[in-house]
Parts: sequence; C-alpha cells; structure tokens
Amino acid sequence: MTKQPTIGESLRSQGISRREFMKFCTTAASLMAISPALIPQLAKALENTPRQSVIWLSFQECTGCTESLTRSHAPNLESLIFNTISLDYHHTLQAASGEAAELARAEAMKANNGKYLLVVDGSIPLANPGYSTIAGMSNKDILLEVAQGAKAVIAVGTCAAFGGLPKAAPNPTGAVAVQDLITDKPIVNVPGCPPIPIVISSVIAHYVTFGVLPQLDGLKRPLSFFGQNIHDRCYRRPFYERGWFAESFDDEGAKQGWCLYKLGCKGPVTYNACAIFKWNDAVSFPIEAGHGCLGCSEPDFWDAGGFYQALSVPLTGTATAVSYAMVGGAALGVVGGLLNRQKKSEAKQHHEVVSIADLKRT
Amino acid sequence: MSAATFARGYQALKENIDISIAAYFQSCVHCGMCADACLFYTETNDPKYTPIHKLAPLRKVWEQEYTLLGRLKVWLGLAQPLKDEELAEWKEYIYDSCTLCGRCSMVCPVGNDLVYMIRKAREGMAAAGHAPAGLIGATTRAIQIGSPMGLKWLALQTQIKHVENDTGLTIPIDQVGAEFLVLMSAMEIINFPEYLAAVAKIMKHVGKTWTISTEAFEATNSGIQIGASDIAKELVSRIVKAAEKLQVKTVISPECGHAYMAIRWEGPNLMGRYFKFQVKHILEVLDEFRDQGKLKTDGIFETARLTYHDPCQIARRGGVIEQPRNLLKLIARNFVEMADHGKMNWCCGGGGGVSAIDEAHELRTKVFNRKKNQLQELKVEKLVTACANCRIIIEEGFEAYQMELPIIGLTEMVAEHLVEK
Amino acid sequence: MNYTEFLLWVRGPAFHFATAILVLGLTLRFLEMLFLGSPRQYAAVRSNGIAGGIRTVISRFAPPEPGVFQRSWFIIVAGYLFHLGFFISFFLFAPHIILLKSLLGVSWPGLPAPVINIITIISLFAMITLLINRWYYPVLRFLSDFEDYLSWTLAFLPLFTGYLAFHHIWLPYPLMLALHILSVEILMIVLPFTKLIHTFTFIIARWTNGARAAQKGVQV
Repeated sequence: MTKQPTIGESLRSQGISRREFMKFCTTAASLMAISPALIPQLAKALENTPRQSVIWLSFQECTGCTESLTRSHAPNLESLIFNTISLDYHHTLQAASGEAAELARAEAMKANNGKYLLVVDGSIPLANPGYSTIAGMSNKDILLEVAQGAKAVIAVGTCAAFGGLPKAAPNPTGAVAVQDLITDKPIVNVPGCPPIPIVISSVIAHYVTFGVLPQLDGLKRPLSFFGQNIHDRCYRRPFYERGWFAESFDDEGAKQGWCLYKLGCKGPVTYNACAIFKWNDAVSFPIEAGHGCLGCSEPDFWDAGGFYQALSVPLTGTATAVSYAMVGGAALGVVGGLLNRQKKSEAKQHHEVVSIADLKRT
Repeated sequence: MSAATFARGYQALKENIDISIAAYFQSCVHCGMCADACLFYTETNDPKYTPIHKLAPLRKVWEQEYTLLGRLKVWLGLAQPLKDEELAEWKEYIYDSCTLCGRCSMVCPVGNDLVYMIRKAREGMAAAGHAPAGLIGATTRAIQIGSPMGLKWLALQTQIKHVENDTGLTIPIDQVGAEFLVLMSAMEIINFPEYLAAVAKIMKHVGKTWTISTEAFEATNSGIQIGASDIAKELVSRIVKAAEKLQVKTVISPECGHAYMAIRWEGPNLMGRYFKFQVKHILEVLDEFRDQGKLKTDGIFETARLTYHDPCQIARRGGVIEQPRNLLKLIARNFVEMADHGKMNWCCGGGGGVSAIDEAHELRTKVFNRKKNQLQELKVEKLVTACANCRIIIEEGFEAYQMELPIIGLTEMVAEHLVEK
Repeated sequence: MNYTEFLLWVRGPAFHFATAILVLGLTLRFLEMLFLGSPRQYAAVRSNGIAGGIRTVISRFAPPEPGVFQRSWFIIVAGYLFHLGFFISFFLFAPHIILLKSLLGVSWPGLPAPVINIITIISLFAMITLLINRWYYPVLRFLSDFEDYLSWTLAFLPLFTGYLAFHHIWLPYPLMLALHILSVEILMIVLPFTKLIHTFTFIIARWTNGARAAQKGVQV
C-alpha cells in the first residue's frame, strides 16, 4: 500500500492556499476552545500528519447524519477536513461495492491497525441480528470487529450515541448505543438528529492535532460544543425572563417571536450548539424557525415527555394515580375513621360518672 | 367506693378529642406565638409555660389513639404511651399556670383554640386524680354545701337582711313568675354584698320583677374549673331546676367570669338540651335597660381617670365587650382603655380556678406584674371591673406590689349614679 | 441512569407516586379527623357561627393587632416573607403555572422571572432567619423537635433547588431541575403525615375557633 499523503500535501494538491489553511486552523481552534497560542501547533500537526484513516459504519440509521455532513456549503471547514481524511469505508460515499468494499475495510483495518478512527452512525439492534446486516454480518459483530483495532470511536448522531429513534419505546429491535457495546475504547458522542457538521470535523481535527480526544462532558460529548444549553444561548431568552410566551403556534406571541417554553421547547434541558452555530450555513435553527427545540442531542429525546408538552408538565398518568389514591385514601380513611369513632364511643360508653368522691386517688 | 385512676383519666382524654382538636394538633407548627400571648410566659420568661406545651399529654393521646401513623409508631415501639407520671408533671401546666383566659387562642396564626383544649385536658386530669387539692376542695364544698367557699343559704340570708336594712329595699326570695332570677357568686356573698344592694336598687329603678332562689343562689361552677363535666352538670342543673320551677324568663349571671361561661355557654351543653329561659350577664341586662332608656342617671359623672378590666370569660370568652363600655360612657367622663383591652385583655392571673390553687399563689402573684404594668402605664385613679374573682385577685396583687388603687364593680357603680325614685 | 432518564422518572412515575401519596394521605387524614365528630351546641347562640368561622379563616391571614405584633414581630414578619415568597414563587412562576394548568385545567398570568428570583431570595433568607431563630429563641428551642427541623428542610429544599436550577448553579440544569422536582415530591409525600399538613388543616382550625367565638359574639 502506498504511503498516505499528509494533510498539508493533500490540501495543496487541491489548490488550497496556506492562508486559507491557517484561517481554518484559527477557526477550528476557537471552536474547540483551544488557546490561540496553540494555533501554530495545530497547523503544524495538520500539515505534517498523514491523512487519518477513518472507517465509517452505518447501522440502524436514516443517513441524515451523513446528509448533514455532506450537504454543508463548500468550501468550508467540514469539506476541508473530509478532504483531508482517508475515508476508507463508508456505505453511502464509497465508490466500491460488494466484496470490493468489504475488502477495502479489511485492508484499512490491517494497514492502520490500532490507529484508525471508527465513526459510527445508527444504533445496533440486539433483539434479532437479522434486523440489520452488512455483507451477512450482524451490526453487532461488525462493530465489535472493527472497534477492536480502532484508536477511538466517534458515535455520530443520537442513534449511535444514545440509541435514538430506533431505541424509542417500545424499542422493537432492541436497539442500543455504541457505548453500550464498546467499553474498552475511547468514545466520543456527537449526538444530534442530525448533529451539527462542524462538531465532527472539529473533533477529528482535535484528535489529529493532539492525538487525544477533546474534553468531554458526563455523556461523553465534546464540552466545547455541548457545554451550554440551548435555553441559555437562545435569542428568545429575554421573553422567557419577562414571562412572555407563545401560547400556540399561530398566536400573536408566536408571531412576535416570544418564548416557546409553553409549546414544549426543550431548550432548557438540551445541551447543543444550535443557538450559536445555527444550521444551513448559519441561516437559522429550529427555534428561530418558530418551533421549540426537540432536545435531539439528549438521550431518549423521543420519549422525553412529548415534543409539545411544556417541560414543567408531568408525564401523563397523574389523573390515574390520583383516582386510585382517592379511592385508596377514602377506603383507608373510612376504616381509620370508623375505628376512631368506635374507639371514642367505647370510651363514652365506659364513662364512669365522676363524682366528688372520684377526684382523689385512694 | 370508686376513686380516680389513670385509666379513667386516659379514658376521659379519649372521650373529649374531637374534629377541632385533631385539626389543632395537626396545624401547630411550633411558631411560639402563643407563648408571647400568655402572661405566664411573658412574666416569667420560662418556655415551659408555652401554652401549646401544656397540651403535650392530650396531643399524645390524640396521635396514638386517633391517627394511623401514631398507632403504627406505638406498635413499632417508636413512641411511648402516655404515663401517669407525665400527667402528674403536667398538673403545673394544665392547672397552676393556665387561667383559661384564652388569649393564646386569639393569636395563633393557624387558628388553634388552645384554651378549648386545656379544658378538655383538665377533664382527663381530674378523672385521673391529678387535680390540685384546692380545686378538689372547692368542688367538694360546692357539691356538698352548695358553694365552693362553703357558704350555706343561711350566710346569704344574713347578708340579705343586712342589705335590706341598709337600703330599705326588699330582696324577693323564691318568687314564682318573676322576670329575673338573680344569682350570686360566693365571693360576692362574703366580700361584696354591695352587688346585691346594687341589683336591688336597679331592679326597683327599672321596675322589673326579680327573685333570688333559696335552692340555687350560687352561680359559680367549680366543676368547670376543675374539669369534671359530671360535677359541672350537677351544679348547673340546680340552677336550671330552680329557674324552671320559678318560671323566670331570664337568669342573671353575676359579676363573675366563670359563672357566666358555665351557665350561659356550657350549661345547655352540659345538660344536653336547650334552656327554656335566657341566661344573661348582669352587664348585658343593664345595657339592655340603658338601651331601652330605663336607666335614668343623676347627671353626676365620675370624674376620676378610670379604666375597665375585662374579665376574660365575660369579654373574650363570653362576648360581653361593648356593654360595659356603653354603661361607662353613661356615667364616667374620664374613661380610658388599657393598651390591650376587650377581647385582647390580659388576665388578672387568678381565673380558671387558679385562685383556688394554693401552690400556684406565688406564680400568680408574679404574673400579676402584667396587670400592674398595664395599670401603671395608664396612670388611672380608679379601676372598674365586673368579676368578683378578678377583683379579689387584683386587690391581692396590689397588696403584694404595694399599689393603691380603688376597685369597684360596674353594677355597683351604675347603681350609685341612678336617680333616686 | 442518565439525567434525562432521571428527569423523566421524576416527571413521570415519581410524580405520579408523590401525587398519589399526597391525595391518599390527605383523604385519609381528613376522614380520620372528621369521623371524630363535634359536640353539639345547645346554648342560645348570638350568631350561627358560619360567617364568623369564614371570617376567622380569612382574618388570620392579616397581620394581628399592634399589641400582638409588637411581641411577636419577628416570627410574624419572617413567617409572612417565607410563606408569601413560597406561594408567589409556587403559583406565579410561569413554568409552575403551566404545570398547575395541566393538573387543574386553569391558568393565570405569572410574574417575570427576575421578580420571582428576588422573591425566592427573600423567602430563602426569611427561612434561614427562621431557622436561626428556632435555635436561639428559648421558647422555640424548647418546643422544637425533629419534625420541626424536618418540615423546615422539606420546605426549604424546593425553594433552594429551584433557585439553583434557575441560575444553573452547581449541577447541569436537567439534573438540578430533576432534583428540584424530586424535592417537591418528597414534600408532597411527607406533607400529609407531618405538621406540614397545616397547609390544609388550618382552615378547620381557624374555622372551629372562629365559629365557636362568633356564636358567643366575639370576632377572633
């Protein structure tokens, strides 16, 4: 196998100037909250690193994540990075098919054993391996096999990160997330349905530069992108503070752009960078388009109490609980009450008239 | 012969717990405001006199007998049942340091009627044999002799003769069909026969028929104070029988706080039936006379700076608040109110039977300080009241604190100002 | 369990359980109490007591007269601030109104978040002073038992966790929010079985006291 060209070589062969490259490095550094002093290091690393081998596995997914990444506006950071990695295996994007494709995967695994990055989108069905197979292999088997030689695993999209839609109740396929199966490799979750494209390119850039994964939060998400919630960075936040809420999607409040909390916006419990980077080349994001945040970068967001139920509203079932409780309370109360009544009337029946002779002890 | 036992006391506590008591115990959040309303706390600064603390035994019975959780606690051994020693210990709180004045019931933010509970707690204490000896003595005399102070009809008869001689008026005795049956308190018979003279004068002045009963002249009810409903009932029934026998329209309760409460408010409940006659306090009757224009005053006003001490059971617990003020306005120019008056008055310290408890004497003298300060702040020259017991306690208090201030009963004062007909 | 699952649990099963215990407990305790009955009034009353009872239920919300206020001013002022703060932040904070609307079907306007914030701070401060007072004032130190401190803690936590959640202090918001809801649920579960039930029983307490006094012609 021929030696992989470095990223620098690759970029230059595509006619990308040094100036553009440095601009990319600066942006990437700021996104990942890396000190500006480290920008030269970032540039140097990217310049001299061989193109990173990446194996991309797609399981139970909708290709939305790939769409999101590839539909980004060229030339931009994402395409830059995607041009600079060696995407050795990707169902949707690879030219090869059939045995040739699987051979490419096997070769990449062998050539870069212990060094390649594994990117996964989609969840893994455990209920029946037949629900999703690739070249006759179950998703679980192929994941375990590829993960074995990987340096790190990046779970792209909420399905891979947390199970996502396939895992939604009643989870017919027994879908699980990557982190449920892989426990011995570093994992980065880049959730979102789909995730913001720049996040994945930045994570790869960070990895290429420093050889380690970026700082993660408790859910293994890169802190620099998932450190703040939508609510805190939402441009509609002042309306929340003032208590001005849209009550329906077509009322005056909605037209005035008031807060969508009452319409079920999950911004307060959703950690993502949508409110900062926005989508479609920073044109807009769901809240700006007039719809509340669905909380797609959070675990179990499909089952998190209804997209249009306000966050403070309890999940359905209260009425049933209350009706049972009232019956139970009434039954217990009547029993307790009757016991009390009986006890009191017994005390009255046994009352011995107190005369002046009874005021002292004998 | 039967006797008091702990079991009987416990039984009585169980008998007396009702909806309101359950609500009171559940509602108390230990805010401590009742302490600030109780002169036994304010004058001693001893937290043990906090009114709600006085109810700890009753609370225990309610919780352990009438709540599921309380029963469970006992069953699991997490709570100790009430002990006789506790009741013995609480005698000081339930009797010696509570005059049943009910001021705490006025301030409780959750609305607890604490004094209502103290009275129920006394039922248990009395049946358990933990009532103070002084009160037991008074109660025994009331039943056996007819008066807590051991006075027989003969004593009253003697006083009646004196009054008749002094005033030249006739005191009607056992007159069937009279409009009013006039009762007396033992203290009035001994210490303040002026009251009887005043009533006689007023009745003549307004031209009403009235009588005194040889069978029921004593209005006070030690049974109420000690907390023995059965005894209280017997005492009340004497009055009811006499009133019905004499076919009076109205029974007049004398200048005595507890007598009024006993016959006016508790009497029908003790008897378990409605009365066929009315019960009124003498001040109510006088105020009605005033309202009807029947009281013709001589136009000579009291000019001394004076104030009125509201007896707790007549004002706060009895509802006779405006009447004495109306009467005072009729005859006094310089009437001033104490800072806390009417339904918020401070007790003299001797109500609720406390005046009959020997071992409480020192404590009640100490807490009289409250009334003393109230009066000194006001700088009055005369004190008017409408309760013979208050009057004696205040006089004793003055003596203890070396104060000089004339005290007079309001009925007497009104009588003094009527035109001689 | 991740925080989303935790939040869902407190918003779902835990909330249903807490509400059920609250309802069950209140029903039980009210029946237990009501079956005890009330003695009949035979005395010729000055009023039937109904109006007086209602008046006392309402009038004891008002500050007492000056004589009483002077003596107990601290507990009255701090008590007011705490109770008012608690109920304003409970009933007039927008997310709570939505919650209550989903349970009760009725809605009302709320207050701006910064106002609720200030009220919560005042309420928290009042509660802390009440606790200190409980330690230092001899009457309260004498009276106070475990239940008093438990009640204080259970009333304090919802305000405190709500404040932390609102300001994103200490824990991630969803976790803090879940703890906030959980603290309320604990309060709901314990309420019927402790003196916290005064939230409801004060009505009966004031009513009986006021009605009996009104029958005698006294407004208490």
